[in-house]
Parts: sequence; structure tokens; C-alpha cells
Amino acid sequence: MLGKLTWSAIPFDQPIPLVAGGVVIVALLAVLIWVVVKGHLPYLWREWITSVDHKRIGVMYVLLASVMFLRGGSDAILMRIQQAIAYQSQGYLPPEHYNQIFSAHGTIMIFFVAMPFVIGLMNLVVPLQLGVRDVAFPTLNSVGFWLTATGALLVNLSLVIGEFARTGWLAFPPLSGLVYSPGVGVDYYAWSLQISGVGTLVAGINLVTTVLKLRTRGMNYLRMPMFCWTTLASSLLMVAAFPILTATLAMLLLDRYLGFHFFTNEAGGNVMIFMNLIWAWGHPEVYILVLPAFGIFSEVVSTFSGKPLFGYRSMVLATMAICVISFMVWLHHFFTMGAGPDVNAIFGIASMIIAIPTGVKIYNWLFTMYGGRIRFTTPMLWSVGFMVTFIIGGLTGVLVAVPPADFILHNSMFLVAHFHNVIIGGVLFGAFAGFTYWFPKAFGFRLDERWGKAAFWCTFIGFYVTFIPLYAAGMLGMTRRMQHYDVAVWRPWMIVAVIGMAILTMAVVCQVVQLVVSIRNRESLRDRTGDPWDGRSLEWATSSPPPVFNFAISPDVRGEDAYWEMKAKARQQQFAHAQPEYQDIEMPRNSPTGFVCAFFASIMGFALIWHIWWMVILGLIGAWATFVVFAWRDHDEYVIPAADVARIDRANIEERRNLVSLAGSV
Amino acid sequence: MAIAATAGHGHGHGDPHHIGLVIEHPGPAPKRVVTGFGFWIFLLSDIVMFSCFFAAYAVLLGQTADGPKGAELFDQRNVAIETVCLLLSSFTCGMASIAADVRNRLWFYLAMAATGVLGLIFLALEFREFAALVARGAGPTRSAFLTAFFTLVGCHGLHVTAGILWLLTMMAQVFAKGFRADIMRRLLCFALFWHALDIIWVAVFSVVYLLGSTP
Amino acid sequence: MNLLDPQGPVAAANSTILVDSVAIMLAIVVPTIVAILGFAFWFREGNPRARYQPDFVYSGRVELVVWSIPALTVILLGGVAWIGSHQLDPAAPVPGTGSPVRIQAVSLDWKWLFIYPDQRIATVNTLTVPAGAELNFQLTSSSVMNVFFIPQLGSMIYTMNGMVTRLNLRADNEGKLQGLSAHFSGDGFPDMMFDVNVISQLAFPDWVAATAKSDAVLNEESYKKLMQQGIEAGRPVYRLDDPRLFDLIATQHIPPGPGPQVASDAPHSGGQHAR
Repeated sequence: MLGKLTWSAIPFDQPIPLVAGGVVIVALLAVLIWVVVKGHLPYLWREWITSVDHKRIGVMYVLLASVMFLRGGSDAILMRIQQAIAYQSQGYLPPEHYNQIFSAHGTIMIFFVAMPFVIGLMNLVVPLQLGVRDVAFPTLNSVGFWLTATGALLVNLSLVIGEFARTGWLAFPPLSGLVYSPGVGVDYYAWSLQISGVGTLVAGINLVTTVLKLRTRGMNYLRMPMFCWTTLASSLLMVAAFPILTATLAMLLLDRYLGFHFFTNEAGGNVMIFMNLIWAWGHPEVYILVLPAFGIFSEVVSTFSGKPLFGYRSMVLATMAICVISFMVWLHHFFTMGAGPDVNAIFGIASMIIAIPTGVKIYNWLFTMYGGRIRFTTPMLWSVGFMVTFIIGGLTGVLVAVPPADFILHNSMFLVAHFHNVIIGGVLFGAFAGFTYWFPKAFGFRLDERWGKAAFWCTFIGFYVTFIPLYAAGMLGMTRRMQHYDVAVWRPWMIVAVIGMAILTMAVVCQVVQLVVSIRNRESLRDRTGDPWDGRSLEWATSSPPPVFNFAISPDVRGEDAYWEMKAKARQQQFAHAQPEYQDIEMPRNSPTGFVCAFFASIMGFALIWHIWWMVILGLIGAWATFVVFAWRDHDEYVIPAADVARIDRANIEERRNLVSLAGSV
Repeated sequence: MAIAATAGHGHGHGDPHHIGLVIEHPGPAPKRVVTGFGFWIFLLSDIVMFSCFFAAYAVLLGQTADGPKGAELFDQRNVAIETVCLLLSSFTCGMASIAADVRNRLWFYLAMAATGVLGLIFLALEFREFAALVARGAGPTRSAFLTAFFTLVGCHGLHVTAGILWLLTMMAQVFAKGFRADIMRRLLCFALFWHALDIIWVAVFSVVYLLGSTP
Repeated sequence: MNLLDPQGPVAAANSTILVDSVAIMLAIVVPTIVAILGFAFWFREGNPRARYQPDFVYSGRVELVVWSIPALTVILLGGVAWIGSHQLDPAAPVPGTGSPVRIQAVSLDWKWLFIYPDQRIATVNTLTVPAGAELNFQLTSSSVMNVFFIPQLGSMIYTMNGMVTRLNLRADNEGKLQGLSAHFSGDGFPDMMFDVNVISQLAFPDWVAATAKSDAVLNEESYKKLMQQGIEAGRPVYRLDDPRLFDLIATQHIPPGPGPQVASDAPHSGGQHAR
């Protein structure tokens, strides 16, 4: 009846996960009860859960990423403490826990923090920057988000029911095969990634179509803001790379569920297929994450330097070059498997070639600052911090792309330090820069600058104090994923790293305080102009937060930096506005399809993990029925009458004009 | 935006090289184009997924673990009939698209039904082939080669099954709602899907059954 | 275990390439970081002496320079990578003095088995080698993937079931080194560290003779016991019964290791082992 699920799946004998899981469940229940008692449920359902508005979905993606960031961060703290104390002892985490923790940390940070964070920002910003009213497929967008949330739910469920994978975040067979990992851990891992992977694919298709097919009048390709370009490159990679992950995990699951022999030691299975396929996805994946971050830095550096982006076309070329080359370097993840000198050298050089367009980007940001008038707001601090940190990460990256150097650095703590250097220094700094930069657009008030800067400095310093020691430990031969060790020279570095982790924890506290303080002071931080940073692209041309239809009149673009030019023009013409003619606007109706579909997907995923077959069928039928019901509806759009549009837009313009006349200039 | 509406013709650095002619983008594409385009992107991603299974099959082709080879297992006559069924169904699917375009319900139902029946025959033949293989001890767990074979061909079969489910849903939709604009868009996607399955089958036929049965 | 304190020619060459590559890159990275901080500071909003040039958005000359700097660096490093990959290919011979020693390493769950087929002996978790001689390693795994790595001797290499990888090394100085597995392989992974005793070429035959007197015999049967999951606290040595044992393992004539033996119906405790 319940497959493999029994009471023994709940770790009553293990206090740490049980307590952690218990606290999370209690907290969730408390929030849920508060929502219901306070009567917020209908509002939440109407305005958020069933929303197909790209801005709302973007915000929910970022919220999911933030929550999961706390979970992944806790894992990191546990690991750092373990390695600091497990010298000639077992530490406080037995291997079966420690191994779950580093596997979960990697999986969560990549799939449920970095991915939803950048997808969320892209969702929120790209339609606004393109001057359109929504993404290409609004309902599918909601489905994509909720499927990602399903994946995150399953990963967290493994904390309380059963176990998570103990194989590392890529679950290499044969270790992840049924023979060596008979538990449900790998199944949790694989199914949560399969389900959220569908969500990512949908998001990718949606964004590609949006950028290529839905641009406002005059928004030629070479007028798009840089963030739209990097979004395009990143989503193209999602579309091309995620199916590879899906296929690879499908093969692993077939091995585990039906006794197939793709990657088993027996009957001619071949683990090298897994290695090649997983990295054929895995390497583009890092560019899926970092390209949008590059886009964010481009926007931020140009805005706060008060200059257009330097060498815009060169940047476009560099972005697309990275997009293409990222598919040709996967083998550098296993130089040490003995592929032969020619293969190693070719892939090593290909990997270095990616550094060329990346270096060009750094220099172009540098020259964007040159001759600028730089305002050091929080987003700008993140950007400068990124440029410095990322160069160092790039250096160590090119270093491990040199095969003979990789022969002694592969899988070491040096490598761990390297990819944290580029992922924290690149993706996370970018996510935080984007978060503070676009927060006023999403919510209508700015974030507190003092706490924001404190968070930046804690992260910046904490990062170096944590990861320089890991570089050092790698140079001392320390390999990754050690639950304990007996080598004395590693110890001091692990202790320094834990101090760095404490500083990073303070940084997270600063972020939370920043949010709380900003919400409390929201009236004084209110952005009434819609353009708090003196921005350059179209998202600043509408109010903050934008109306559901984004733009009352579709903007007409005449050049790069569309909004900057509109402002200049308006200044020239002394703000003599012609009265625009407002028209009815059709917007997509809200739909619970995404939520209901994810509900059935959660049931199906859980049932698959525990081999509860009747429940799998139930989930499948439910998901299909949801789509049929969705397809059956007769009215998928509603009309906002021109009069309403006019009223909202005039109020907005009036407010802006008052502010402008108060200030005397824009 | 009001400001936008008054924006004049300033060029700024829209054309820093002063190449001259800049063709203005006309604005968002119509819905039918957007939907079709998005579905094309999906199909490309699906083909990427299939190519992984093809790659695995190519690598594992020789890994028979002392079990039967492709040449001993494949029945070319059966495969030929399967191929004919699918190719014909692509033709009838095209007929259905034309019938929908000219809003002819009768021809639409007929063509769709023919497509569905041909698809079902294909599935039945494939199922019979699989069952026979399993019965003679050449199931997917026998060797890595058979694992890759069953996965690749089975994955295509699952796609056809999903396609038939979709086909029936579309017939019901047209029956209940008629040729509405949104339903026409879905029909377009369905047709793309069905034809794509045909193309993938051609690859399966060549790589799996033709190349795979060379001793 | 310091990578910058190599004890053999391979490690020395690896770390030279490492240091040289860093030096080449630092020549560009340091000025760039200085420029970033310098530009950011000088062009701050509050600096009245900085000239605001909002129209400085394109310069062909600057573009040429910013594309060529990283390109030239990569051409230089690419050469290093190409030559280095060929000279330091793990399978390339490493000439030494005296006769080469053949060692067949098998990664087990979770210990290292070193078979000396020519000497008819085998050891677990210690590797004893003569200084100055070429060491020819053949490696495979009894179960999951591992990586054989002695940091101070250089180049690591994967071990995989059903496959044989090759690695040639040389240890130049007598002494004690440490080796480890550099690829996570399960619960006992951190205990896969092993001792490397580098002894003189004269002492090596004595050590072999002493080891060959061991009571324990390694054959298919005792190997199957050894490959059960568990960690090995001692440093057992064996007389080798059949010198073809390694081939039997690598060609899967001896089936792969069995994985965890605890009943798997208690999912979170599956695979626990005595420690």
C-alpha cells in the first residue's frame, strides 16, 4: 500500500535532522495558521498563488531562492564546523550525515538558490526592459515556478522522511547506483531535479520566446539592454542543456528502478557515458547562472557610472561567444581520467578560450567606469566587489584548465575554493546586486543602504576569510568531502575558514535586518518616480511597482538606453506632453493551473521515491486532467478598459511631474 | 508612456558606426507566431534529449554482455510496417491541419481518427516486438546494449502515446469548442509534435535498426 | 603533502607549470585589479577633479587592446597546456635508475590494495617503493570510482571498475609520504589515506623478501573477503598467490564489490559499517 515507506523512514534516533525538520515544520505551520487566521489566504490565492503576472512570479522565484539559501547556508555552516573539529576525531557528524549535508548543500545552492534567483530576476525585469506586458506564455511561467517549488519541497522533505543522497551533488554512478546506494536518497535527488528541471526548461523556452518574439516597437536586437542579451544567452543554454540532464537522470533512474544497465558495473554498463553527459549539461549550467549575473553588472555599472555601457556590441559578441563555447569544454571536468594528451590539451585550450570573452567583459565594465560619475550605492559595491573577486576566480579557473596543473588540483579544496570564488563572487554577488537594484521596482520602496553596505562588506571579507584557507588547504593536498582527517597542517586552515563562515553568517543576518528595517521605514524609502537610480532602460519608465499591464502605452524605442533618451528628450521639450490615446488592454487571467499541477507533481514525485505505484498513477492523471481543464476554459483573458488605464497612468504621470517640479530638474 | 509617446527621432548611439539603415523592429509578434515559435524551441530541446539516448545507444551498441546482438533480434519486416504506419500518419496529420484551416469538421475528424489509428497500430507493433524480445530473454536488463535499445525506442514510443492522448484531447476540444483561435494554435503545436516524432523515428530506424543490425 | 614541495620529477613538473601559469596570469590580473579599484575611486561622484565623459562609449583602439590582452595570455597558456599535457601525460614513461617496478593498485571499499605482480606480494594501505626507480602503475577499482593520488609525487588518476588506467611516477628521495583517494566513494572515504614508504633501491629487495614471508595469502577467496565494505585500520601484507589476480579483477572475472550488506529497508541506516 505504501511501498517502501514505513515508520523507520523517520529518523527518530537522530536528533539533528529531526529537530531541524521539526523546527521547519512548526515554522511553516505557524505561518500557515497566521495566514489563515488573519484572513490573508484569499488574497494570497488570488494575487500570488494563481498569479500569472511575470512580476509576481519573479518575486516568488526570488523568495523561494532566499528561503532555500538559508537552508543551503545552514548546511555550509555545519560542514565548516565539522571540518574544523574533525581532526583525528569523528567530529560531531557521522559520515552518513556529513555526506548527505554536502550533497544537499551543492544540490540546493545550484538548483534551488542560484537558478531560481536568476530566473526570478529575469522574469521580473526582462519584459519590463523589452517594453512588453508579459512573457510569451504567462500560465506556463506559473507552472514552471511551481514545479521548481515542488523540487525544493521534495529536497526538504528528505530531511524528515528518509534520507537525501550521500553521493555528492552530481551523484556519480556506480556510487549512486542501486548496489552502492540502496536507500531512497538518490531517488529524492533525482526526482526533485527531474521535476524542477521541467520547470527550468519551461522558464527557458518562455524567456527565449519572449526575447526573440515579444519586443516593443523599435526594440531592435542591438538596442536591447545587456541584461536581455544575457538572458537570451542563458535561456538558450537552458533549452539546450537541461534536456541532457533530464536524459541522464532518466538513465540513472532506469538503472535504479528497472534494473537497466546504463551505468552499472555489470552487463556492460559504462559510467563514462554519465560523466560525459552530466558535464555536457554541467558546464553550460555554470554559464546559465553567471551570464545573467554579467547582465546585472552591466546594468548596474552603467547606471551608477552615469554612462552607457562601454563597447556594447563587443559585450554582445562576448556574451554569445561564451554561450556557444560553453558547450565545448565539458571534458575539463575529468582530465584525470586518462583521456590522453591530445584530448586533454584540446579541451584545456577550449576552456581557456572562454576566458577571452569573459576578460573582455571585465575590461568593458572597467571602461564604463572610466569617465563616469560613480555613485557607490549598494548594487555598485556588489559590482566592484564582483569584478575584483571574479578575476581571482578566473585566474584559478584558467589554472585548473591547464591539464598538468589540474593533475594535482583536481577534486581538491583548491577546486572547491575556485568554484565558490566564481559562484559566490559572480552569481551570488550578481543576485544581490540585482536584488537591491530592482527591489524598488518590484515593491515601490528602496532597501536601506546602511544595512545593505554592511551586508556587502561582511560578505566580501567573509568570503576571503573562508575561501583563501581552502585554496591553501588544496595546495597542501587536501581533497574535498573529507568527513575527518589526520593531517595536522590542514587543521589551522579549517579553523580560519570557520571564522570566515561566521562573518558570512553575519552578512546573512545583515541582509535579513536590511529587509526588516526597509519594510519598517518603507514610507521614507518610497520611490514615487518609478526611477530611483536615474536609470537608463525601460523598466524605469513605468511606476514602482508597475501596474499589472506594465506600460499604459507601448513604448516606442529609438536607440540604446531607451529611457535615458526619453528623459533627455523630455527635458529638451520642457515636459510638454501630448495627451496619449489610451486603449483597452487585454491581460491573461489568473490561473491555478501551475499550483494544482505542482500539487500533483509533488504527490507523484513522493510516490515515485517510495515506490507507491497507485499514487504515481493518481498524480499522473491529476496533472494531465489539470491541463485539460485549463485547455477547456473559454475566457483566458480579461480586458482593462481604456478609462482605467488612463486613470492609473495619469495619476502616475502627475506624481512624477510634481516631484520633478519640486526638485527643479529630473 | 506619455514620455515615450512624445519621444522624437533622436538617434543617439543606436547606430554608433553610422552604417546608415536601421530597420525598426515592428513590435511584438502575433500570438500564433509566438506560440508556434515557443513550441519549436521545445521540440529542439526534445531532440537534444533524444540525442543523448542516441549517443548512449551508439556507445553501448557493442556491450551485449554475451547476450544477443541487434542482427539476431531485429525483424526488419516489422520495422518496415511500423515506419509505413508513422509516415502515413504524418500525411493524415497534414490532412487534418488542412481540414482545420478550411474549417471542415468532417474531414478533420476523419483525418485525425486515421492519424490516431495509425499511431495505435504503430504502438501495438512496437509493443509486440518488445514483448517478444522480453519473452525470449532479451529484455532491457539483459545487457547494456538492450538497455540502450529499449530506452531509446521506448522513449519514442512514450512520445507517440502522449501524442495520441493529445490527439484525442484535441478532437474533443474541436468537438466542444470548434475551430477557435486558441484551439487552432494548439492544433498547430500538435501537428509540429507529430511530425517531429516522425523525423525522430527516421533517425531511430536508421541508427537503431539499420546500423544496429550490421553484424 | 605540500604540492609545492615535490618529491619526484612528475610532481616537480606539475608544480612548476602551476607556478608559471599563475605568474603569467598575475602579470595581467594584478594591473587589472589595480585599475578597477583605481578607476572606481578616481571617478567617484564626489571627486571634482575627475572629468565626466558620458560619451566615451566606444573606442576601436581600446576594444582591440581588451580583446588582445586575454587572447595573448591564452595563446601563451595554451602553449603551456599543450606541451604540458603531452610531456606529463600520466601514461608517459618516467625514466629512472634501476629496473622499473610494476604496481597494480585496486581501490576497494574503503582501502587501497597494492599488488606487486613481479614480486608476488601485495599490501593494503601502504605503498613501499624504491627511490629513483620508475614506478609503473596499473589501476582499477573493485566497485565505485576513486582517484589514486600521492600529492608529493604528482599526477592523480581515476580508478574505475572494469577499466584499467595507467600512471607512471618516480620518487626521488627516501622518506615517508602520504597518499589518498581524491574522489568521494562513500562513507569510509576519508579513511582511504595510505602511507607511501620510499626506501633505497638496496633495501627494496629486503623488504620484498620480508613481505613474501607473510602468513596471509592473497588469492581470489581472500580478495573477496577484503573487498567487503569496511575500513582497514591495520596495514596487512600478503603473499600473492596468482600474479594474474589484477587481470581477473579488471576484466570483471571477479565480480564487483557487493556494496552495503545491511538490509536496506531502513533507508537512513543502510550502509552503516563498523568503525
